[in-house]
Amino acid sequence: MEKLNIEKLYEMARQLRRDVIKMLVISKSGHSGGPIGLAEIFSALYFNVLNIDPKNPKWVERDYFFLSAGHLAPVWYTALARAGYFPLDELATLRKLHSRLQGHPAPAHTHGAPGIEVASGSLGQGLSIAVGCALGLRLDAKKNRVYVLLGDGELNEGQIWEAAMTAAHHRVSNLTAIVDRNDCQIDNYTHVVMNLEPLVDKWKAFGWNVIECNGHSIEEFLDSVEKSKQCKDKPSVIIAKTFMGNNISFMHNNYKWHGVPPNEEQARQALSELSPTSFGDFIKFDWENN
Amino acid sequence: MAKYKLKEMKATRLGFGEALVEIGHQNPNLVVIGADVTGSVRTDLFKNAFPERFFSVGIAEQDMIGTAAGLAVAGKVPVASTYGEFATGRPYDQIRQSVAYSKLNVKICASHCGITVGPDGATHQALEDIALMRVLPNMIVLSPSDYIEAKKMIKAVINYNGPAYVRFFRDNTPVFNDENAPFEIGKSIELIDGNDVTIIACGIQVWESILAAEELSTEGVSVRVINMHTIKPIDKNGIIKAAKETGAIVTAEDHQIHGGLGSAVAEVLTQNYPVPQEFVAIKDKFGESGNGIELMKYYGISKDGIVDAVKKVLRRKSTEKMELKYEK
Ligand SMILES: Cc1ncc(C[n+]2csc(CCOP(=O)(O)OP(=O)(O)O)c2C)c(N)n1
Ligand SMILES: [Mg+2]
Repeated sequence: MEKLNIEKLYEMARQLRRDVIKMLVISKSGHSGGPIGLAEIFSALYFNVLNIDPKNPKWVERDYFFLSAGHLAPVWYTALARAGYFPLDELATLRKLHSRLQGHPAPAHTHGAPGIEVASGSLGQGLSIAVGCALGLRLDAKKNRVYVLLGDGELNEGQIWEAAMTAAHHRVSNLTAIVDRNDCQIDNYTHVVMNLEPLVDKWKAFGWNVIECNGHSIEEFLDSVEKSKQCKDKPSVIIAKTFMGNNISFMHNNYKWHGVPPNEEQARQALSELSPTSFGDFIKFDWENN
Repeated sequence: MAKYKLKEMKATRLGFGEALVEIGHQNPNLVVIGADVTGSVRTDLFKNAFPERFFSVGIAEQDMIGTAAGLAVAGKVPVASTYGEFATGRPYDQIRQSVAYSKLNVKICASHCGITVGPDGATHQALEDIALMRVLPNMIVLSPSDYIEAKKMIKAVINYNGPAYVRFFRDNTPVFNDENAPFEIGKSIELIDGNDVTIIACGIQVWESILAAEELSTEGVSVRVINMHTIKPIDKNGIIKAAKETGAIVTAEDHQIHGGLGSAVAEVLTQNYPVPQEFVAIKDKFGESGNGIELMKYYGISKDGIVDAVKKVLRRKSTEKMELKYEK
């Protein structure tokens, strides 16, 4: 796939945000805050980092991406659609009966969408799967890299730390984990629900190569991915500092936006804060002209 | 008929949350553990009323069950609550070893059970929880049919000494039960009398069964409806009596066909008084996204599915009777 330059990646991130808002205002159900906060990371992954062929989702040379925190599906779906895995207008079917865009991701060989390897939505399971996949690829001496995205609240799950030990123990270096460090989860800010700090020290103590970055800076994120690839004797984790609902004033850093969709008026406000892009929207609402 | 009026729409999980606060005022040993979904399962009400008796464990269901077991050892009455799938599937071994086998006074109270959770899809639709909990020795299993019964049920479960699993639902559902009707763990409630066939239901399907019975009565079918709010210990006598008096059974639940209420009823029938039985349940499939009502229809567990099952079981009742006569 052709890689986008930095300027275009930022423009794509803005488009992904517009898409998420539009998808959710149609579905009237789903998660806004986390997906909106991840637009830069998904733009960078799908239009620069990942070695993929969207027309051939099972291409054997592909990089593997796992979304462990399955509730973040809306931003993944729009990135997949924009990359060409399925038609853009399918985004309007999110969470509807018989849609491939299930509320939480399902793989294409069940009833889900192309580009999805395994179901997620029950938190805490993705890192183990990524480690297993990386071990399998290493066994076959393959070059493919494995990426997995974790929520920070998700790190509460014990299985994450079991997998962290397994990865370090087996020196799984063909793996990059990304933590969406937005300090938000459902009930409250992460530091109120369950303190994670010192998070960098925890991962280091577990034997990981830890890279910190601003998750809204595409330059910093790409640089972090590069650094993770350079590390040949440990698994790498990028702790990406983000804000839930970033770039939408009323959602910014507000955990209450974890799991609710915008209503029409909020969608109108959000879209007015995210100017249209050259990629174009997947749908235009009647109310957008006024 | 038409004894049951739809009074209002209210969620069983709200009845659960409100009752916890009422009980909390009387019982200083009641403690609640939350796993980052307290607003959804309505334990936020208890958390706000008694912050010192509420413990957040973060998103860590296995730890939640273990913590509950420890609190029970210390003489507390812990209520561990999250979504049905993550309350039973995720910490299954912790429940088996530390709660059921150890026979500790832990109450596992799950919301968002069944297909009606809707748009979140299969990962969040607990469809095996009754089966998982029912097979554990020492565990009792209950599910209320509406908001009013949810309140009574949770009070009875807190008073009961031992491991318990209670199953609530997310959606606002019809409220129809009588505030003053008695509630006893293990004692089913005959909501409608009838002699041709009995529908035995739990949860949301109780209301759907009432609607089915009303519709069938206009076609001259006399349908008995039993609210089997306790799936374990199951009301054996109630089931045998219904089998003897009506000769055909339909079970209805928002759960997999294998291992749930229908299986529990079948176990009683086959060992005591076999009669034809039809199962209204999810037919060994995972769910998918959609709205709750739409999904109930699609998976055949709403009123229409129950009506069809009643007609089918009545046909079996008459042909199987004829075959028996013929054999003699
Ligand atoms: C095993 C499990 N427990 C609970 C949930 C319910 N749940 C969904 S998302 C979420 C919060 C996740 O927080 P985080 O990973 O930080 O995501 P963010 O809120 O930042 O989007 C919870 C508790 C779940 N999906 N899976
Ligand atoms: Mg978070």
